[in-house]
Amino acid sequence: MGQTLAEQILSHAAGRAVKPGDLIVVAPDVVMSHDSLTPSIIKIMQDELGVQNVKNPAQLVMTLDHVAPASTVGTANAQNLVRRFAREQGVRLFDVGRGICHQVLVEEKIARPGLIIMGSDSHSTSYGSVCAFGSGMGSTDVALIWATGRTWLRVPETIRVLVVGRLRPGVAAKDLALKICQVLTIEGANYMAVEYHGLDWMPLEGRQTLASMAVEIGAKVGMVPPTGVIAGQVTVPDWLYVDPDAVYARTITIDLDQLEPQVAKPHEVDQVVDLSEVAGTHVDMVFLGTCTNGRYEDMVIAAAILKGRHIDTNVRFIITPASNIELDKAASDGTLSTLLAAGGTLTTPGCGPCMGRHNGTLGDDDVCLSTGNRNFKGRMGAPTSKIYLASPAVAAATALRGVITDPRELGEVSHG
Amino acid sequence: MARVWKFGADVDTDQIVPGRFAPYMRPDADVGTAAFIEARPDFNKLAQPGDIIVATSNFGCGSSREYAVEALRRRQVGAIVALGFARIFYRNALNLGIPLFEAPEIVTNLKEGDEIHLDLANSCIIAGATIYALPVLPYFAREILAAGGIVPYVKIHGAFPGEG
Repeated sequence: MGQTLAEQILSHAAGRAVKPGDLIVVAPDVVMSHDSLTPSIIKIMQDELGVQNVKNPAQLVMTLDHVAPASTVGTANAQNLVRRFAREQGVRLFDVGRGICHQVLVEEKIARPGLIIMGSDSHSTSYGSVCAFGSGMGSTDVALIWATGRTWLRVPETIRVLVVGRLRPGVAAKDLALKICQVLTIEGANYMAVEYHGLDWMPLEGRQTLASMAVEIGAKVGMVPPTGVIAGQVTVPDWLYVDPDAVYARTITIDLDQLEPQVAKPHEVDQVVDLSEVAGTHVDMVFLGTCTNGRYEDMVIAAAILKGRHIDTNVRFIITPASNIELDKAASDGTLSTLLAAGGTLTTPGCGPCMGRHNGTLGDDDVCLSTGNRNFKGRMGAPTSKIYLASPAVAAATALRGVITDPRELGEVSHG
Repeated sequence: MARVWKFGADVDTDQIVPGRFAPYMRPDADVGTAAFIEARPDFNKLAQPGDIIVATSNFGCGSSREYAVEALRRRQVGAIVALGFARIFYRNALNLGIPLFEAPEIVTNLKEGDEIHLDLANSCIIAGATIYALPVLPYFAREILAAGGIVPYVKIHGAFPGEG
């Protein structure tokens, strides 16, 4: 019987053919944790489980990205605790400034096709961009992996998203990701895997955008087949391939030839409309960043729109590169200069203001247009603030005008 | 008697505990004091041990933050009944020993502020003269809850659910 990508990876790890609904115990290839939760995971492992040392240090990887660099004595102390623990246990640690866990693991090729990667972060679905089985867990589950090297999983059913057509100018992978949220809804893929088909032409950064948002429709993993233009960037095990006999719980089709720039309205990610329905909405802040859209290519798209122009005087424009490598690329070719000359504010690579802790926290009644992935009430700050989600091109056009703006009105839009 | 706290759809973990109130951001504070601090100040101030949460669909969506569940455990929430749960929240709640049930009839019939009796031993909720049966949970979930959470489960069984 044919298998989906998720079934193939879990069968390989379990050493037997698994099917949806099976409970299996596997040794994840990688377990990632970040500064926001690593201190609590250490506590659970040592105090509740009574285990002092991690079972397999080579399995672990840690980042300091959620409050980077530290903003308070409390976060500074917590980060020092993580540094000490990583050193003592012999665990790889990417310190403040290196970037967002999900970007770093892909850049470092720690995330690879066919691996199982569990993370202390819900956006661990991002590793599906290189066809890894990436999924988020809570602190106790991660502590148990540290202590035992293993975890238990339910094999998910799979939804197939079949993409046809090609993106038009001014429309990007983010607009596709938001359209999928609208069609499948915020709970439409709960407990399930998602596979994205018809995207052999899509470069890695677009796949990262899509996979990062799989969790926003409830998915356990969101995987793009490791074929097409990224073939030269990844090594694919011979047992991992798109099986024509795989059984999908459901297939939806999205036609890119019809896709317009999309915007998710406050306060849920599936409140998605064509941009034209919210064009002209006033914003106070524009945020370009996150694991969903904080990469070099995103900054290039924004710079093309903002070149030789200046943002609206009533808007603050926060730019948080997803990693120091992405920042360096933008600094090397003038992209960053263009964004700064246009009035952008650069922050340390990392998660930035995405969860409202620093580097652009929203105040009462503030309205933000973000290239991120979540617009829950109060997510980025005050509970009376509002978040709209959109692509980097829409973000740049909106920063320019101070109101939600279709980038195609401004010229200079590139293919996303 | 316990009180029903009624919620709608898609209650996300940012509502349960905003990221700004994480233990990481307030290392000296009891996370229980942050439960629904901005989204439901009435719950935050008045919820009593044993009270239950009744919600519609997709309860607990969003971030993997286990401290959202930990906050509800500290407040000794007796059970969460909903039309459905988000995946990571469901697992976190089992792991920390909070019973959670998908029970449409109960969600339809119980109202905000209802006084009920939660009888987990007999798998029911008693509201006035009406007895609502709670659905039977999957075997692994019953076993984890019987142990009091995944940490005691692993200590007792020396294995994970689905293993051995």
